[in-house]
Amino acid sequence: MSQTRHILSFRDFDWTLLLLVLMLCLISLAEVSSTTVHTRFASFETKQMLWIAAGLAGMFLFAKIDYHKLLNWAPWAYGVGLLALAAVLSPLGHKALGGRRWIKLGPVLFQPSEYVKLALILVVARYFANLGARSLTWKEIFKAFALVGIPMLLVIKQPDLGTTLTYTPILVAGLFLGGINLRQSLILLTVGAVLVGGVWSSGKFLKPYQKARLTSFINPQNDPRGAGYQVLQSEIAVGSGGIWGKGAEKGTQTQGYFLPVPYTDFIFAAFCEEHGFVGAILALLLYFFILMRLIQNAQTAADLPGSLLIMGIVAVLTFQIAVNVGMVIGFMPVTGIPLPLMSYGGSSVLFTFLALGAAMNVRMRRFVN
Amino acid sequence: MVSGKYNRDEKLSTVKLAVVQYGILVMMLALAAGLWHLQVLNVSNFRQLAQQNRIRQVPILAPRGKLFDRYGRLVVDNYPSVSCFLVREQSHNVQADLPLIARGLNLDQDQLRATLHRYRSEPGYRPIPIKQDVTPDEQAFIAAHRNELPELETIAVERRLYPPNGFASHLIGYVGEVSENDLNNPRFAYYQPGDVVGKAGVEETYDELLRGQDGSRDVIVDSHGREVGYFGTQHATPGRDLKLTVDIDIQRAAELALGDREGAIVAMDPRTGEILAMVSHPSFDPNAFAVRINRTEWDKLITDPQHPLMNKAIQAQLAPGSTFKILMSVAGLQEGIAQNLHVFCNGGADFYGHYFHCDRHHGAEDINTAIPDSCDTFFYTLADKLGIDRISQYAKEFGLGEKTGIDLPEEEPGLMPSAEWVLRTYHHKWYAGETISVGIGQGAIEVTPIQLARYIAGVASDGHLVRPHVVFQDQLPAGFRQALLESFPGSGNAYVPIDQQTWITITNAMAQITEPGPFHTASSAHLDGIDLAGKTGTAQVISNATLSHMAKTEQTRPNVWFVGVVPRRNPELVVAVLWMHGDFSYYAARIASRVVAAYVDKQRRLAHNLTPAQAQVPVEVGAVWSAPGASGGGVGEGSGIRGGHFFVTPGAGAGQKIVAQSHPAAQPSRQLKHAPTGPGQLGAVLTALPWKKP
Repeated sequence: MSQTRHILSFRDFDWTLLLLVLMLCLISLAEVSSTTVHTRFASFETKQMLWIAAGLAGMFLFAKIDYHKLLNWAPWAYGVGLLALAAVLSPLGHKALGGRRWIKLGPVLFQPSEYVKLALILVVARYFANLGARSLTWKEIFKAFALVGIPMLLVIKQPDLGTTLTYTPILVAGLFLGGINLRQSLILLTVGAVLVGGVWSSGKFLKPYQKARLTSFINPQNDPRGAGYQVLQSEIAVGSGGIWGKGAEKGTQTQGYFLPVPYTDFIFAAFCEEHGFVGAILALLLYFFILMRLIQNAQTAADLPGSLLIMGIVAVLTFQIAVNVGMVIGFMPVTGIPLPLMSYGGSSVLFTFLALGAAMNVRMRRFVN
Repeated sequence: MVSGKYNRDEKLSTVKLAVVQYGILVMMLALAAGLWHLQVLNVSNFRQLAQQNRIRQVPILAPRGKLFDRYGRLVVDNYPSVSCFLVREQSHNVQADLPLIARGLNLDQDQLRATLHRYRSEPGYRPIPIKQDVTPDEQAFIAAHRNELPELETIAVERRLYPPNGFASHLIGYVGEVSENDLNNPRFAYYQPGDVVGKAGVEETYDELLRGQDGSRDVIVDSHGREVGYFGTQHATPGRDLKLTVDIDIQRAAELALGDREGAIVAMDPRTGEILAMVSHPSFDPNAFAVRINRTEWDKLITDPQHPLMNKAIQAQLAPGSTFKILMSVAGLQEGIAQNLHVFCNGGADFYGHYFHCDRHHGAEDINTAIPDSCDTFFYTLADKLGIDRISQYAKEFGLGEKTGIDLPEEEPGLMPSAEWVLRTYHHKWYAGETISVGIGQGAIEVTPIQLARYIAGVASDGHLVRPHVVFQDQLPAGFRQALLESFPGSGNAYVPIDQQTWITITNAMAQITEPGPFHTASSAHLDGIDLAGKTGTAQVISNATLSHMAKTEQTRPNVWFVGVVPRRNPELVVAVLWMHGDFSYYAARIASRVVAAYVDKQRRLAHNLTPAQAQVPVEVGAVWSAPGASGGGVGEGSGIRGGHFFVTPGAGAGQKIVAQSHPAAQPSRQLKHAPTGPGQLGAVLTALPWKKP
């Protein structure tokens, strides 16, 4: 094993994937700049650039370390993550924007829930890899549920509904690829539906504003001042962009503050308004190529844990893209899930690059063992 | 250690991975379809929404056209005022702010809520007018609460300023906020809630010309409603000024002459149909209507038994009484019956088994004496000989029982009975006895003062009848004039050929009425040196039989008429006077004679090149705003014109008040409080009488 490591070279690194990712990063920087240039958040793009640079460094670092080692560390990482989440809820946590989601580490605010996402991908991949490619027993399924469920409970306490939801695709992908059979999945779906219905109507677990946010996208016109406002303004931004868009820094919805947080959660709406249908399709294509490239990497991975690791990442990224873009065009509720690689925000950028680093890692070691 | 644990042959199933790939593809296609739907299919819709989001229209209200009298003297003016608007989208919770707003602007909270409710379907950026004539105190309140109540905005507007004391109020009409019912009416298709429209009189008929076109200043705002840019201005087009045919001097003479009596006066130029004066009393203060009249005042107006809002000159449908005898005379002479009709009046006569009374024992009467004496017996006989068919035929030709087509809204047609009408309405044959009553203008027959003026003037003008109008028609755009003619149908301009002898006989007889004579009905209205011809009329409101066994009150007194022309043939003025429950028709004649005197006096002075007196400068114009509680000239306390004074005597209480007001035009009603009443103003009173040598 010690010989294998030094013959490893970055020739096997996935440069195509990196190129696609960097193109999206450029779009992101341009859009963050455009949406913040006339606000007190001007020069956010510089900060974003620093985060991307840090992310790239982290990615290369992650790519260097054998993913088997990463998987070995996963239980520890998972434990640390749970502790961090607990710390967020304790008085150590930093409160902002109506939620207790951050821990202050010196000058930077650290959002443990993003880091936990990565730990969860690793630990779930490891869990199902250890079980091998065979049918799962109910006990194993419940164990998987507990593995993902505990951090979910901690995050929803913050409260951060969006991040909580991003943990579910990890579990779903794990179960699907890990060998759940049709009967089991049908039973789980039924139980899940009943549970969701119960949670919804009991009123104990979801705050009224969360419920309103989850439903208002269906009929934003009913409450244009309240919960429907963001959806409506976002749809107006996207729709009024037309085919070619209004041009950078020329989006009336974006520049007039009608669009909520146009540099983070609603950055895709701002992009659609300023660059139109053509720009939006280009961005979606980049995302599509990135996901396809990742799946290809999963296919060519040397072993099962590698594939599961990449597919965990694919699941999270796909889920975030679908929910964020869906929210922006009125298909999905407003949940506060950032768009990976485009939304401004250090934690999100770091997570994405580290996750991609892990995926590169798997690809670089596809011929090695 | 880990790597050893895993079997390299153990791989994910490619089928499952393909499933994931296709799933992602479907998701991407769905998102692309969503984008296509928004950005390509509905782009124009969303572009519009985006515009509405950021563009706020600050209205620039068009000043309404002013009204001038026939000599170009201002009658209805505008004055600058401040209105308060509420822009809902600028506040997150308008409902919660309402109590504070109501308190600060002295508004009724429920009324405020009702106002907002009426605008509920309008877009949030549209300003809702909630208060007019904002006082300095209220303006200070709005300015002081800029942050708490960002939804309040003030705007300078031009508001309507009508003459005080209800001067010509029925003719002018008033303006008000367009009501929800009006908005559903196709006539109001161009209006939006909150628009001010003419609701009566000239203001209503000529609203399209007077209102102009509101403009707007379009500003770009951000989501906090802050102005961040400027989009453009659509300038307001001011309304068109209109020249009325009314002569302020004649109008004032008529207002004074009628005083606080219930009734109406119409003065018209029979050569053209130009209305020189139109009075209906009691009147109302149109200033109270602009823009919204308060509930109690409105209730008072509509429950008043004397119907102050009704323009009696064109809407009172009453029996014409003896004024109808001129038509009887025309019919009788044209048909060759009256010339040779000699009747001995012994206080009445028997017809069809019923005794019909005359009010005097006139003795021997023929057509020349029967008109000035107003002998009923003569006209009973004439009516019997003519028969209802011929009478109603002539009445129809002279426009009785038909709208005249005057350019004022809501004119009433009156009613001229005929055999055909009785059959249609009551399904029985005409009783010959009914003809006898019709002969003296009683029975089912109903006319309006304007009809009487038009028909008697037509007879005196040798059969040339005119369409009355209150606005000079040549100043109107051709299309509008045509539409006006079509929307105000009536008997209009017409020529009914009359024999010259008929014409001369009747006009001479009418001239006799104001000459001294034992039975002449209006000799007390004689004016020396003025050729005033006319006809009185006394129309019972209750039959003699009923009246004999009930208490006599003011309401049981007959309505009295006088219609006079100057001079007797080819007249240049016709005056119709109606005094409801006036009892004696020579009262009506005296009222008319005062209008005639004012007219003739003015014409003579003009002919002798004497210039009219200058209007008095209104006293304390600046004090208009300082007495918000004052409500002089309100309807309830009468128009300020007191009755009983046929001649204006200096210092004679209320009469003096009016004269001292000098020009009634363009003063807010509140001004009345400050009108001079003390003896020190006597000089002003005297010089204010219309004319003086330069």
